[in-house]
Amino acid sequence: MFATKLIQRLTAVIGALALIFAATPPSVQAESKLQIMTATTDLAALAQEIGGDKVDVESIARGYQDPHFVEAKPSFLLKLRRADLLIVVGLELEIGWLPPLITQSTNPKIQVGAPGYFDASRFARILEIPTGAVTRAEGDVHPQGNPHYWLDPENGLRIAKGIADKLSQMRPNDSAYFAQRYQDFEKRIKQADEKWLAEMKPYAGRKIVTYHRSWPNFAEHFHLDVVGYVEPRPGIPPSPQHTVELISLMKRGGIKVIGVEPYFDLKTPNAVARDTGGKVVVLMPSVGGEKEITDYFKLFDYDIAKLKQAFDETK
Amino acid sequence: MKRFALSLMLLSISTLPALAQEAPAAKSTPASSDARIQSLEDQVRTLVEQVSLLRAEVQTLRDAKAPTSGGDGKIVLASSHMEPGMLPSAPEPAGTPTAAQPSAPPAAPPQVAQTQTYGGATSNAKLLNPDISMIGDFIGTAGRNTVSPGKALELHESEVGMQAIIDPYARADVFLSFGEEGVNVEEGYITFTSLPAGLLMKVGKMRAEFGKVNTIHNHALQYIDRPLATNNLVGGEDGIDDAGISLSRFLPAPKNWFMEGTAQVFRGDSSDVFTSNRRQDASVVGHLRAYRDLTESTNIDLGVSYSRGHNNAGIGTTFNSENFLTNLYGADATLRWKPLRRAIYHSFLFRTELFWSNRDQLSPLNVFQTQHAFGLYSSAEYRLNRRWTLGGRFDRAGHATNASLTDTGFSGILTYWPSEFSQIRGQYRYGHLWNDATLSYTNANELLFQFLFVMGAHGAHPF
Repeated sequence: MFATKLIQRLTAVIGALALIFAATPPSVQAESKLQIMTATTDLAALAQEIGGDKVDVESIARGYQDPHFVEAKPSFLLKLRRADLLIVVGLELEIGWLPPLITQSTNPKIQVGAPGYFDASRFARILEIPTGAVTRAEGDVHPQGNPHYWLDPENGLRIAKGIADKLSQMRPNDSAYFAQRYQDFEKRIKQADEKWLAEMKPYAGRKIVTYHRSWPNFAEHFHLDVVGYVEPRPGIPPSPQHTVELISLMKRGGIKVIGVEPYFDLKTPNAVARDTGGKVVVLMPSVGGEKEITDYFKLFDYDIAKLKQAFDETK
Repeated sequence: MKRFALSLMLLSISTLPALAQEAPAAKSTPASSDARIQSLEDQVRTLVEQVSLLRAEVQTLRDAKAPTSGGDGKIVLASSHMEPGMLPSAPEPAGTPTAAQPSAPPAAPPQVAQTQTYGGATSNAKLLNPDISMIGDFIGTAGRNTVSPGKALELHESEVGMQAIIDPYARADVFLSFGEEGVNVEEGYITFTSLPAGLLMKVGKMRAEFGKVNTIHNHALQYIDRPLATNNLVGGEDGIDDAGISLSRFLPAPKNWFMEGTAQVFRGDSSDVFTSNRRQDASVVGHLRAYRDLTESTNIDLGVSYSRGHNNAGIGTTFNSENFLTNLYGADATLRWKPLRRAIYHSFLFRTELFWSNRDQLSPLNVFQTQHAFGLYSSAEYRLNRRWTLGGRFDRAGHATNASLTDTGFSGILTYWPSEFSQIRGQYRYGHLWNDATLSYTNANELLFQFLFVMGAHGAHPF
């Protein structure tokens, strides 16, 4: 008796839930704009370059946020649910927050391995791929290489090419449009890169120190030499002993410029700069780190201007 | 990909001796050098064949993993410095006409060959292993508690997690917890991610979606212990954790709100909350969640929960045990603040949960009755800097079997993080607790400390 009643109630509850579930219409999907979500703003900027007005692009992380530590807020789920394409940095940069978002998005299109899942690292040149044993004695290492690879315009171009191919594949009717936009982007980035290289040429071979290992690709492209880090190991906060070593390293090498990402505390870098007569410069690793950095080009414009200024001031 | 790179490397290495031998050979007679070239050409042809085979293999592998179209051709800026890894390195032995190569397929993508796994293994043999992690949870307790005395020192739990994508439609998560009393499958479920109508289905054993603290694993809690309300009303440390099926879906919501409904059916056996005597004694859990971003750094998270199942009060009595039910109601609210620019240094979290338990049972005079017990906890946590967090918790909870008995307590918690992968925590805990042995309230003053360490795959941070 009681059990039958319970089962009846159960069925009623499940039925009601099913009704609620059924009541929501599926999202409309005509040949409307392609909905692109990206993990970071840089990938959003590149996708926007190629997609133009045929796509809507939004990034999960903000440009001034540490991309290792983004919160998996449910509000992102609503956006991911509607996405046709998810572009990720990969190399485990987002491992702490993206996997649950992808699972919970209930969007089959963007699940790992699905056609709408795009790992940009597959197209880029990756540096610092560890060889041999990898242990966390080295801090929060990325066993597949340094994930901050977008800070090299060549990689930007490679990723853009990958995105262009992907978009053409998803929207064959617009492939000529995407191809044309890619060519345009290629032309502009090549011009810009020549300008940037010319601007950085006087400083070729300069040694600098950065807070985190975010800049190997940038440094390689613009011929800088990153010789030390404020963090003793990736992801490990500065320790007094390491700071002392860093100061002596900088004094010995005459290194004056300390590049810091916008999401790190400036206390230690400032102390190091005071001791060494150096200068702390907040470099932006991502588009949107400052209001004026609205696209991929302005990112390099900004960082190069800041670096030049810092080099000139500490001559 | 890695295999591809490796093969290319091997190929180029294997051609090196050939090249080295070629130099002295060139000095010898023209006839022998012709023969040599001939043999080299043959060698190149076989190599080209092998390379195209390998390329095809790589392509299938890539398609299988993520059918992204590889960028073709070299897209390298004029300024670029060529690195060996960037070039499509088809071996080109000197003296061989490059015309021998047109049969080769279009140039391979210039990206560096690398493995793309979903977090973890890098060597080929391990590629398909799940992401494995182990979390050790060591707890020490000092002080006086006559009601629920903990051990002085114990490796409270070693939790092994295994997580992997099963196929294009599902992933699975298994957490085995090794405690001092034995092994327990804390959770083990498959999640179907590609269902129609936006449904997310989990099948297996899982922590029920009843409120917040019930869903959280021990090592992810903001305290060493669990709130009194959990212990008194919602099944203690294991909580509502049972074998069953869970279905959830986003619900239509007002603008800027996120709403999610979850419906779960379990066998009906969860710690001391639910006991299933017969097959049809299933328990159910329903949860409704509403979330909203107030600003980019502040958000609120609200929820109501309901659960119902049979309890053990009727077992061994003259009453029909199927009439003894426990109904649980819950409400939770969480306020979070985390400034994005300083997310790793400062954050604040306030959470409160209310629980109501209606438990059918027999009174001491063997009369059927329902006990209406209430419990709550409120906790707050503030991150002082990258390494330290300070927290507190207030507890109040009636006993499920005797609602007139109410335990009260509070805790202060200090946590130190040497890195993301280890944690040292101290907790002072005061309790005004009912002692069943002495039939009186006693005070408990304890100092708990905990060492947590994580090895293996980097798990996602719970939100």
